[in-house]
Amino acid sequence: MQLTLWTYEGPPHIGAMRIASSMQGVHYVLHAPQGDTYADLLFTMIERQDRRPPVSYTTFQARDLGGDTAGLVKDATRAAFERFRPDALLVGESCTAELIQDQAGTLAASLALPVPVIPLELPAYSKKENWGAAETLYQLLRGVLGARPVRPERAAGTKPRANILGPTRLGFRCRDDVREVSGLLEELGIEVNAIIPLGATVEDLRRVPEADFNVDLYPEVSRSACAWLKRSLGMPHTSVIPMGAGATRDFVVEAAALAGVDPTPLLASRGSRLPWYSRSVDSTYLTGKRVFIFGDATHAIAAARVAATEMGFEVCGLGSYSREFARELREAAAGYGIEALITDDYLEVERAITAAAPELVLGTQMERHIAKRLGIACAVISSPIHVQDVPARYSPVYGFEGANVLFDSWIHPLMMGLEEHLLAMFRDDFEFHDGAAASHLPAGSSVPQATDSPASADAGGLAWSIDGEQELRKIPFFVRNKARRNTELFARERGIQVITTDTLYEAKAHFGR
Amino acid sequence: MTLAAIPCRTEARPVLRERGQREVFCGLTGIVWLHRKMQDAFFLVVGSRTCAHLIQSAAGVMIFAEPRFGTAILTDRDLAGLADANDELDRVCASLLERRPDIKTLFLVGSCPSEVIKLDLATAAERLSRRFLPQVRVLSYSGSGIETTFTQGEDNALRAMVESCPHDDARQLLVVGCLADVVEDQFQRLFDQLGIGPVSFLPARRAAELPFVGSGTRVLMAQPFNGETGRALTARGARILSAPYPLGVEGTTAWLSAAAREWGISQASLDQVTLAGRERATAALQPHRQKLAGRRLFLMPDSQLEIPIARFLNRELDMQLVEVGTPYLDRQMVDAELDLLPDGVLVSEGQDVERQLDRVRQERPDLTVCGLGLANPLEAEGLSTKWSIELVFTPIQGYEQAADLAGLFARPLERKARLAV
Repeated sequence: MQLTLWTYEGPPHIGAMRIASSMQGVHYVLHAPQGDTYADLLFTMIERQDRRPPVSYTTFQARDLGGDTAGLVKDATRAAFERFRPDALLVGESCTAELIQDQAGTLAASLALPVPVIPLELPAYSKKENWGAAETLYQLLRGVLGARPVRPERAAGTKPRANILGPTRLGFRCRDDVREVSGLLEELGIEVNAIIPLGATVEDLRRVPEADFNVDLYPEVSRSACAWLKRSLGMPHTSVIPMGAGATRDFVVEAAALAGVDPTPLLASRGSRLPWYSRSVDSTYLTGKRVFIFGDATHAIAAARVAATEMGFEVCGLGSYSREFARELREAAAGYGIEALITDDYLEVERAITAAAPELVLGTQMERHIAKRLGIACAVISSPIHVQDVPARYSPVYGFEGANVLFDSWIHPLMMGLEEHLLAMFRDDFEFHDGAAASHLPAGSSVPQATDSPASADAGGLAWSIDGEQELRKIPFFVRNKARRNTELFARERGIQVITTDTLYEAKAHFGR
Repeated sequence: MTLAAIPCRTEARPVLRERGQREVFCGLTGIVWLHRKMQDAFFLVVGSRTCAHLIQSAAGVMIFAEPRFGTAILTDRDLAGLADANDELDRVCASLLERRPDIKTLFLVGSCPSEVIKLDLATAAERLSRRFLPQVRVLSYSGSGIETTFTQGEDNALRAMVESCPHDDARQLLVVGCLADVVEDQFQRLFDQLGIGPVSFLPARRAAELPFVGSGTRVLMAQPFNGETGRALTARGARILSAPYPLGVEGTTAWLSAAAREWGISQASLDQVTLAGRERATAALQPHRQKLAGRRLFLMPDSQLEIPIARFLNRELDMQLVEVGTPYLDRQMVDAELDLLPDGVLVSEGQDVERQLDRVRQERPDLTVCGLGLANPLEAEGLSTKWSIELVFTPIQGYEQAADLAGLFARPLERKARLAV
């Protein structure tokens, strides 16, 4: 038993729903009790989808358990087929149905419906949402293409083709990333053969082998499918995630190599504003800002590279709830001289953020709330998302435009934070008063006090003398927390119990060498 | 308005019963409002990742702080051996209570998986109570989807509390059903002015403060979905005062007058105490009536509040009822309400969501009350909707909230009228 307060991922059948609801002509029959229909609102409310997810629930009740729940599966499958006339059916179970062992998939397959019926076995007590999405995509491709698919001969002289795999409903900015990445491929002279599963039909699935390579755009969802297509059809796939200016260029080079085209013209003509904005002198204040990054592994690792090399931040924390990608995450973290945090325990992430005392948090909706509570600036970079992460405007995070979006959306909260810091610093001046809030906050907001964290109680027996504390206050606000941390570290290492003005300056000299 | 103005019909009303896919929450959802009401209680669902995901999705927001609810997620290991599962549960509860010394009542909430594997939470709660009392009382109830619909979770939670209520045959009025604090205070003032007392509320703001129950207890149901709690109270000697629910002016007056009659309060005194509230509410309803009168209303089954809401919108705002769906029909709880519905309205029980949506599309009502999963898809078809979950999260009972309640239904129509995009 695992005590969970908030969960980053839903159960694996939610992953299957994400695949089904991303596609056209695919229907999912879910053997599940009343209540599991809550999942519909994720799609209709968070993404504001204008149609119900294509899911039929068997809705079994306690009184059915002694009777014929298997009959319910058959009836629901037949009724769903009659009503929706899908081109392919997914049939699976939610956590409770798994326990009653009706073998929903096998039952549905026995109905001999005239469309592919793909049974899904998604172990709800050991796996989670992203795994469920990856498994469903893989099973769906296998179900449609057959266990031993063949790759058609390509006529000589035809344009190279690529599939884009992985974008789904409820994924982070998938809708716009797909447009951005498709644009890059087309500019390279690569035809986009199929985008799977977002917007795809069953016919699109059948055309997958006609491409030269696959773009593994969201590995949490698409890696299994890409690996299978590589194994069974020899189709190579990309490994670079085009997030940030540098990674986008790397992606262009990689895709061009897979397609056998020349990336130079595109790289010479296209780019992002991020590199210049980052070099602009007003960005100097971003230097060494401590940033804590947590999300799915793909976005977290990619964001860390952007943060470190394109924003000039210091990555002070890097973590993910994607255990499947723990190895990649550990490697990336080691590159920043830190240890990766691999957990799906929200409270553990909160503790890690509190301990790291970052100036910016890049995370999911969960970290947004943690950061809000701690008074730290935050931008969302990964699912789980909420309604504000599905903006009306075009807002990719991949590709060259994506890099522009990253610059704006990560810097904006820091600028706002700066205004609040300034207000807090000047609050004793006569023009200001404690009640005045930052102009972007609603009237009545109070000035946040989190700018100057008091000496922590668990500082290990450390105390600040009155003169030391007063001297600390004279240090400019934007380096004050760092000075406090360094001084306390210095004092602890030397067994100093009371920090005086002298200790403060000795520490400054020590760390300034 | 007084009771005399309410017509009384006893003939059986035909009901359409359907069975099929249900687009409703399960009883776990009640935790979202129950934990806010009882600020010393923690709700621990013993279930799956689906349960945890459901509650945080239904809550709509991921609340900033450490919440007073959580899920002990069953894993493969727990499924393999029930003895171990009990040990695991004890371990999780002990560490939870150690972390949260502010918790005085711990609810173990059963789920679909815990019931299918027959994990006995009642026995677990007794065992844990013996260990943690007097600091913490541990209770159990089922919020599982195989047994409960949405608001039935509250019924089961309150019924579990009734079992722990001390016995006393003294005279008291017991108001049953979760009410927002502001509404509870308004009712308390009205009861004080009427000279009705002592009054207890179940649930109270602190779960540890359980009301007594006995032959002198008279029960006023504040919510229509607490039938099992009502029956448990009856079994302990209490008597339920039959009344419509305190929604709208008419409902609130009828509800108060049921208590007033029992306490021998004169009609004149009731009229006088309620006069200001009735007048304020009637005036406040007027602008909403202009927007709602004559409009056709379809209620999908969801919160179990559909029948009293339909009565209010029909009788006080002149809306026309197309279909009134309810997840289940507990006649004992809604008889007084059913009598007030007009003849010819279709009352449906249970759900086959696809067939019901076919009826919605055929009827094209002006407003459909439904769950969050259906609202946007219906809007996309040009049908205005009102999400029913707001009815359990918003204070809607009593005179002062009557116009707020009407406003919930008027706003989607007003919005549609304003938009030219």
